[in-house]
Amino acid sequence: MSGIRVESLTKEWGTVRAVDGIGFEAGSPEFVTLLGPSGCGKSTTLRLIAGLEQATSGRIVIAGRDVTGLPASKRNLSMVFQSYALFPHLSVADNILFGLSIRGVPKAERKRRLSAVVDLLGLGRLLDRRPSQLSGGQQQRVALGRALIAETPVCLLDEPLSNLDAQLRAEMRNEIRGLQQRLRITMLFVTHDQTEAMSMADRIILMRDGRIEQNGTPVDLYERPASTFVARFIGTPPMNVLDLTPVDGGLAIAGSSGPAVAPSGSSPARLGVRPEHIGFAESGLAAIVQSVEYFGADTITACRVGQQLMLVRTPGRPALTPGTTTHLRWPPAAAHLFDATTGLRRDAPLQQLKPDAA
Amino acid sequence: MKTSRNAIYGSLLLLPAAVLLWTFTYQPILVTIVDSLYSTPRGRRPARFIGLDHYETMMADPVFWKSLVNNLIYALTTIPLSIGLALAMALLVNAGIRGRALTRMAYFTPTVLPMVAVANIWMFFYTPDYGLLDQMLRPFGLGGNNWLGSSETALGALIAITVWKEAGFFMIFYLAALQQISPALIEAAQLEGAAPSQVFRRVTLPLLMPTTLFVAINAVIGAFRLVDHVFAMTKGGPDNATMLLLYYIYQVGFSFWDTGYAAALTVILLAALALIAMFQFGYADRRVHYR
Ligand SMILES: Nc1ncnc2c1ncn2[C@@H]1O[C@H](COP(=O)(O)OP(=O)(O)OP(=O)(O)O)[C@@H](O)[C@H]1O
Ligand SMILES: [Mg+2]
Repeated sequence: MSGIRVESLTKEWGTVRAVDGIGFEAGSPEFVTLLGPSGCGKSTTLRLIAGLEQATSGRIVIAGRDVTGLPASKRNLSMVFQSYALFPHLSVADNILFGLSIRGVPKAERKRRLSAVVDLLGLGRLLDRRPSQLSGGQQQRVALGRALIAETPVCLLDEPLSNLDAQLRAEMRNEIRGLQQRLRITMLFVTHDQTEAMSMADRIILMRDGRIEQNGTPVDLYERPASTFVARFIGTPPMNVLDLTPVDGGLAIAGSSGPAVAPSGSSPARLGVRPEHIGFAESGLAAIVQSVEYFGADTITACRVGQQLMLVRTPGRPALTPGTTTHLRWPPAAAHLFDATTGLRRDAPLQQLKPDAA
Repeated sequence: MKTSRNAIYGSLLLLPAAVLLWTFTYQPILVTIVDSLYSTPRGRRPARFIGLDHYETMMADPVFWKSLVNNLIYALTTIPLSIGLALAMALLVNAGIRGRALTRMAYFTPTVLPMVAVANIWMFFYTPDYGLLDQMLRPFGLGGNNWLGSSETALGALIAITVWKEAGFFMIFYLAALQQISPALIEAAQLEGAAPSQVFRRVTLPLLMPTTLFVAINAVIGAFRLVDHVFAMTKGGPDNATMLLLYYIYQVGFSFWDTGYAAALTVILLAALALIAMFQFGYADRRVHYR
């Protein structure tokens, strides 16, 4: 098997467990992002795979070869560092060629590959410059070039876009994604930016406190989040997650006057609905508009339901003013049910919110 | 108007430093050059202009040549040895070994000691028969050396002391420079397949070049300037075996009171140092990468 396979990988520093027995696979070709909040162990996982840290336990297999005990130089992979880590004393060309000259690749071959990479990344006019004479975006492309020229089947990237401005970041997102598809390699991309992950990845591995919270396609994570953590991490604004109380015929949003929005189960549950799936209606769940934020393309309205707040995202200009009483509705498929204690998804069929249920 | 006033302010601010530099550096240099063209005043006979006579004397003076050759040997051995040792020690201390603070201090101690104290310590090492060195060598049947007293070994003995003393000083600079190098650069090189020796040669060493240049300049100056141990231990002997240029200048000027000749010797020393400095800043500087 090509690509990367990680089995119950653990890394401890004293009492800190940065990576806690995780396992996943990244195929070839595939673009996988490691996503998660700061400090969840993304970089550590990447560095373990790269061989820059030694695993406390577990196994790492790259392209069918167990590399767990091998040093970084023997793992045949390339990496783009968050800080780019360009050699300040070398020109752009020498930076990109560093690995090839270390490995003693013949001159002619080096030249051929350099010109290919230079064309790919549009670095033509920069070859003689030093890294300090480049802009952030240019440095980033040089770092990418240095990783790509090795033509390794696996490329690791640790938040390579975090130093760029919004526009350049969007451009580089497309470029990197395009490169991966053209070269048909495995890319493992670390980020804490969910839009980056959603827009680039074939698959997202969402981490939390050193563990994998969910491993799936962007569509999976958006449509079937495995837990309230995933539900609230993916999407802007985050999913509304509401406490429920038992009423006649099921569970209703706590503090509201009904209707029942979910069937009653054996343990307490919470309801998740994405702001963009909720609409205003003549009937449904009664709510009071609390505040309105206008973003141009859409409007986010904060509504109070009992003691809980729900965000509603509607296209266009605001239709309601704070203080208005309104009703909220959403299609049945948009409702997600989570266990209130574990936060995990509960896959019970969801009861339709009937127009006249109130 | 504005710029000219700024220029006046600027000049005024520079004035104190310029006055000091002139009075204590450039003016003495000029006076020395002039003095070297005059005879040494003796008794009632005042100095008179003799042109390049002193320099002709110098060309024919075997002690001058001896001191020059000695100084060259001294420089060419102490500079690379102390720099190499400094770098090795810095790498060792930087490698995160246990008791790092203690090691660092141990390496640095020789630098803190005054040269005369150092000379005293090494005197004991070098003492024939009772000295540390001879006691260590005696079991191998190699005792009975007079390290400082024989002309074959005396210069070498002084060289060893200098290296011992200077290396710790230079190590501190290398250590500071090593700690400035981002670990990500080393990691990037490793990922590119570089073995430790290649990482050192192609990443660490080039990034240390500015430090090496700085240290090298200091080492060169030291090699011509540091003669305290000659005073304390050998007085240039035996048979001029440890005669260094600066010590010779001292002897000529303050033991023989031939100030004119001493001025001429000083001019030669200054010219040599200026040449080396010009080479280092002009040539090497262009080849060194600064971050
Ligand atoms: N060298 C280390 N020694 C001790 N603890 C460490 C070390 N490196 C990382 N950690 C800890 O391990 C945990 C995971 O760190 P890691 O760098 O992998 O986070 P991350 O997910 O990359 O976060 P970020 O998005 O901020 O980069 C953190 O709690 C961190 O404090
Ligand atoms: Mg990180």
